[in-house]
Amino acid sequence: MVKQRKLLSIPYYLWILLFVVFPVLLLLFQSFRGLDGGFTLTNIQTYFTSRVYLTMTMQSFLYAFLITVLTLAISYPAAYFLTRTDNKQLWLLVLIMPTWMNILLKTYAFIGILSQTGVANQMLEFMGIGAQPLLFTRISFLIVATYIEIPFMLLPVFNAIDEIDDSMVYASRDLGANEWKTFLTVIFPMSLSGVRSGIQAVFIPSLSLFMLTRLIAGNRVITLGTAIEQHFLVTQNWGMGSTMGIVLIIIMFGVMFLTRKRKKGVPVK
Amino acid sequence: MIKNNKWASLYLIIVFILLYSPIAYLIVYSFNEAGTMNQFSGFTLEHYSSLAEDTRLMIIALDTIRVALLSALLATTIGTLGAIGIYYAKRSKTQNMLLGFNNILLVSPDVIIGASFLLLFTVVGFRLGFYSVLLSHIAFSIPIVVLMVLPKLEEMNENMITAAKDLGANNWQVLKEIILPSITPGILAGYFMAFTYSIDDFAVTFFVTGNGFATLSVEIYSRARQGVSLEINALSTILFLVAFSLVAGYYFIQRQQRTKRLTHMDPTNHEKAVTP
Amino acid sequence: MKKLTTLALLILALTVAALAGSRYIERAQGTSGSDVFHLYNWGDYIDSDLIEQFEEETGYRVVYETFDSNEAMYTKIQQGGTGYDMAIPSEYMIERMIEEDLVVELDHSRIEGLENIDPDFLDLNFDPLNRYSIPYFWGTLGIAYNEDMLEGFEPESWEDLYRPELENSILMIDGAREVIGIGLQTLGYSLNSRNEAELQEATEQLRGLSPNIKALVADEIKMYMIQEEASIAVTYSGEAADMMWENESIVYILPEEGSNLWFDNMVIPHTVQNEEAAYAFVNFMLDPEVAAQNADYIGYSTPNEKAMAFLPEETIEDEQFYPSEEMMDNLEVYEDLGLEYTGIYNDLFLEFKMMK
Repeated sequence: MVKQRKLLSIPYYLWILLFVVFPVLLLLFQSFRGLDGGFTLTNIQTYFTSRVYLTMTMQSFLYAFLITVLTLAISYPAAYFLTRTDNKQLWLLVLIMPTWMNILLKTYAFIGILSQTGVANQMLEFMGIGAQPLLFTRISFLIVATYIEIPFMLLPVFNAIDEIDDSMVYASRDLGANEWKTFLTVIFPMSLSGVRSGIQAVFIPSLSLFMLTRLIAGNRVITLGTAIEQHFLVTQNWGMGSTMGIVLIIIMFGVMFLTRKRKKGVPVK
Repeated sequence: MIKNNKWASLYLIIVFILLYSPIAYLIVYSFNEAGTMNQFSGFTLEHYSSLAEDTRLMIIALDTIRVALLSALLATTIGTLGAIGIYYAKRSKTQNMLLGFNNILLVSPDVIIGASFLLLFTVVGFRLGFYSVLLSHIAFSIPIVVLMVLPKLEEMNENMITAAKDLGANNWQVLKEIILPSITPGILAGYFMAFTYSIDDFAVTFFVTGNGFATLSVEIYSRARQGVSLEINALSTILFLVAFSLVAGYYFIQRQQRTKRLTHMDPTNHEKAVTP
Repeated sequence: MKKLTTLALLILALTVAALAGSRYIERAQGTSGSDVFHLYNWGDYIDSDLIEQFEEETGYRVVYETFDSNEAMYTKIQQGGTGYDMAIPSEYMIERMIEEDLVVELDHSRIEGLENIDPDFLDLNFDPLNRYSIPYFWGTLGIAYNEDMLEGFEPESWEDLYRPELENSILMIDGAREVIGIGLQTLGYSLNSRNEAELQEATEQLRGLSPNIKALVADEIKMYMIQEEASIAVTYSGEAADMMWENESIVYILPEEGSNLWFDNMVIPHTVQNEEAAYAFVNFMLDPEVAAQNADYIGYSTPNEKAMAFLPEETIEDEQFYPSEEMMDNLEVYEDLGLEYTGIYNDLFLEFKMMK
């Protein structure tokens, strides 16, 4: 019985071996290879001693942090209000719909909106501010990245708030707490698990957005993702690219650790 | 729409407008007579007819769908069997380890997945093109399928299996008659998610494609740099309508079937994609 | 189970339908055929009418794939997972590819029409005796600007780009050698400098240019200049020719300090699958009329001497695109820097990008 099941799961184990374990090992191995293909520690050394790489990592961090904060600031109230609408599942679906639109197409829309004669500038002129260079600025990068990430924050936060037992809310009210106090003492603490998942879902990808840095920020914002892509696909320095990949993986585990679920264990079986 | 709060409704409406305005913008200008996204000069359908004549784009669209359909199917098969494997793994230590591996790909940034797969294909000497893209899509979709199927397995009534065995059912029959039917909603949700992942992917495909094979994302990336072409707007409109009708159809079918709680199958259960 | 099997079969049927659909479109287009020719080229770098003509004349089906930098092209060819029959890289990359055996030596007995090429473009340092490559186009790197937007100020040199009034208005080509090269040439050094002190100095020098850079991009420059998103750009001659075609206020100049002269040649990568078609394509492109039509369409300068007869006079006489001997002396060709210095250039370029 067990044997047969194991047999059926073989493709899955093969997958783990081939596409999870092996690629990570390759990345690790590659990061110890120099430009000439020999074993070396120079990549790691360069990375940790180069002002350029360290600044880039810090900046990348800062942008990811800002994007996460902005998405959270916009999504949290939206998620909270959503849970109190009559037809919440439908409205949630409506707000999540834009994720089904190809991300490149949305970016392409922003190229038009933010251009010198685009809608955004037409509005600025209408308001009397006058046209500003919007495309290829850091602000635009933040705006577009936030736009793209909002649904990924909205969902987990919504789910967390939605799972809160209504009786808790009623109890709090019965005990005399007003709406604000109920929110602060009951709803907010209980929604934190959703916020944590949201941060994971937004922060890590924000470190590695590489096509936005080019299309919207005109390569004036360099994230870890941009640098990795450049090293792999343009400058052919796979060793350095892999080193940064490993750094990104370590950061990823750091973020996962900091935002881990406080409940014990993984809910299996 | 919200009970007793105008400001809350207003806020939601603003968020709604913000989220939809770029899409609306694309759609409106797809009918623009002037070839730009700046001034709207008059209504035309010419961008749609030039889209229909753009055979390269048509072929790419069909290829994108082909990769998505096939990769999601294979990922669902492997993922479902994997979930059953994890579920029946005896020790919880093994389970946790397997789940850990499963989640690595889920949380890894696209760039890492793309770069490491490119390394993999290079080392093995695998030709870049349709098959490398297909394999990569299968690979990054499997974990989400596992996460969609596992909860259904946990909800399954073990007594049914014991009963079936007592009645003389063999393993194959148990799998076919008991396990699979009870996890079907999870499998379907898994397929749906895998399909979406594949259609949406840009970064991984960008790394592992070659030999003239492209998906829509990759093609749009290169076209968006050549200049604004309202053909892309026309394409967006069509894609949006397709996505919209799929989701709307899905929602209403769901609603009709919905008894009280069926949230697990909701495709919007995206949280699972990111919860370790 | 039954339901799942049915669904799986349905999905498979849809997959097959999608496959059949794309095959049908290919056939309807008349491009299906077993004799496929994989061409790996820069974006928008051949007149598409010529591809059709080539397909009609020879019966090969052309699969056209594009790259946007020599390095990106090199990566895909070196990686080995591709099967291109022909690529069109620039000289320094050809030098590197020859060294690494990534290109196939040409059989000159199968090439017709090499005598059409101006001898000035044959037997150059990067490929003596043209054993591996055949000239396709050549051109320069220079400054394109919009007369109306700059209001009276006309840049003449790299130095002019540093002016404070140009803050946030230059679109720069996204290439390490191009950008570091500007720094080097402003200081009077060679574009191929392998001197660390010079390179450091050039990078420091570029610090002054950084605030003026609006974006570091590639293909996009053409569109944004035409749309007047920016007033000035550092770009290649042929790109500039296209811009001038669409927007009459745009002017292209070669900077006083000198600039880069480049050659894009056709090579057969080691991954070639259809050598026959590759030679057919070379011979097709060497035809003077074809070369002239291509040059007229793309806007770059053709090395095909006999093609000049088919080009409009104003094109040939335009000194910005067919510079005089004297101007040519001021231009420098890239050499392959070798791995170490390519790495150094790239790191300095990253530093430049991070400056703002």
